[in-house]
Amino acid sequence: MDSHSRIVIVGAGQGGMQIAESLRQEGFAGEIVLLGDEPHPPYQRPPLSKKWLIEGGTVGALSLRGPAAIERLRITLRQDTRVRAIERTRSEVELADGTRLPYDRLAIATGSLPRTLPVPGASQPGVLALRGIADSLAIGEAVRRCAAEKRRVVVVGGGFIGLEVAAAARKLGAEVTVLEGLPRLMSRVTAPVVSESFARLHRAHGVQLMFGAQVAEIVSREGRVAAVRAADGQEYPAGCVVIGIGVDPDDLLARSAGLLCERGIIVDECARTSDATIVAAGDCTARRLADGELVRLESVQNAIEQGKSGAAALMGRERPFVNAPWFWSDQYDVKLQMVGLSRGYDQVVTRGDLAKPAYSAFYYRAGRLLAVDSLNRVSDHMQSKRLLDHGLYPTPEQAADPQFELASLLKGASAATAGGA
Amino acid sequence: MPKVTFIEPDGRAVTLTLKRGQTLMRAAMDAGLEGIEAQCGGNCACATCHCYVQPGWLDKLKPPSEDEQFMLTNVAAERRPNSRLSCQLVAEDALDGLTVQFPDRQS
Repeated sequence: MDSHSRIVIVGAGQGGMQIAESLRQEGFAGEIVLLGDEPHPPYQRPPLSKKWLIEGGTVGALSLRGPAAIERLRITLRQDTRVRAIERTRSEVELADGTRLPYDRLAIATGSLPRTLPVPGASQPGVLALRGIADSLAIGEAVRRCAAEKRRVVVVGGGFIGLEVAAAARKLGAEVTVLEGLPRLMSRVTAPVVSESFARLHRAHGVQLMFGAQVAEIVSREGRVAAVRAADGQEYPAGCVVIGIGVDPDDLLARSAGLLCERGIIVDECARTSDATIVAAGDCTARRLADGELVRLESVQNAIEQGKSGAAALMGRERPFVNAPWFWSDQYDVKLQMVGLSRGYDQVVTRGDLAKPAYSAFYYRAGRLLAVDSLNRVSDHMQSKRLLDHGLYPTPEQAADPQFELASLLKGASAATAGGA
Repeated sequence: MPKVTFIEPDGRAVTLTLKRGQTLMRAAMDAGLEGIEAQCGGNCACATCHCYVQPGWLDKLKPPSEDEQFMLTNVAAERRPNSRLSCQLVAEDALDGLTVQFPDRQS
């Protein structure tokens, strides 16, 4: 890649912006065109269901990099620009207005799309989902109206987004019902002990939690949302409904272009796709591990690290993303920080005070640490993150022992790996 | 409006004029400085906005919260006595002339 080359990036979110920025850090001197379908410069999404939803604020407060930075990095940012197709045989992208943009290399960072609820009434006004700034503003407005009119906010889905929206809605003064189809909260990612802590937390803040609730219909009366009807016939009164039942990778462009996809654009640990001229990063990808397993991550860290990997790969260098994945969530006064992937665990031990809550749950499989969830235990999280990155971990007995210092396992390790990661 | 100087990992110094109440992290991100990542966007959840505060300034800053102290125990680069998270440092007039340095890596 030289100064006459053009790299086109489809998607101007966290991943797309990271690729653009890392390309400059990797020494790319050519043209970078960053295509975004929203009317905003690249911005952070996590606050949209947290602080920004509660407190409101300017779009500028969410921005990833300011206009001066984008100019200095010589990134041609095209907002409000939708891509219709990727033509790999001609190395071009076709924009929604029909113009064609040739590329030497292409990066795809199209993110994910909220899953929709396939029931009658789900597409009427007052039924909302969260992806971008406009959605967060709409949810904030609907929740405030519910609070003023003393109508309930019904959240469908007891995962991260649903629970963060529920917590925000309570802070905004609305009554809230959460309908979860499974028997506990966040059941796909956490152990029952953690689910139980969050159920207690939400109930203590006045949220009505309903488990095993299968939504059958969103009922409207007099032209507006009135209730959510469950499969068992129970109706939950609603002034507005927020759907938070997960996201799907937005891999349509890639699939249509014939790139290898399987619930996400398949990439290797260096963010390379099945086409040697194309990389992909963030929520839209599914990463193939060395053992053949596919991992899908939806997180800021994943977008950033794959973005760095992708930029390096476009410049012909290998920079694999190997660190342990981490995630966080803020609900009321509880900071949940997670590191590793707990899927397949056979043992959980806790460390700290469950009642407060201020504890960590350590997930093991066959005695090997897979993941750690920390609730208001920042030091456990940070230490576990470093331990997992170094392939180190406490035994279950050590983890459960409040006197045992996790940091003691790191002594000697930091010197050996100081140049890594 | 306080002026704060940021020293990039390669030694380049960049002086920015901050708005009162703005965090150093926000200003550095807006300016596109390279030595900062701020993955969590200022929630004190990731420790990727780590900086070293120039000697002499440390005691003029509001001391770190318990959470920040815990986060600082495991930053990616070397932890020093003058390590802080720039998302927790809020610009005020008394900080005019402050210099902070970014470490060689954040993650």
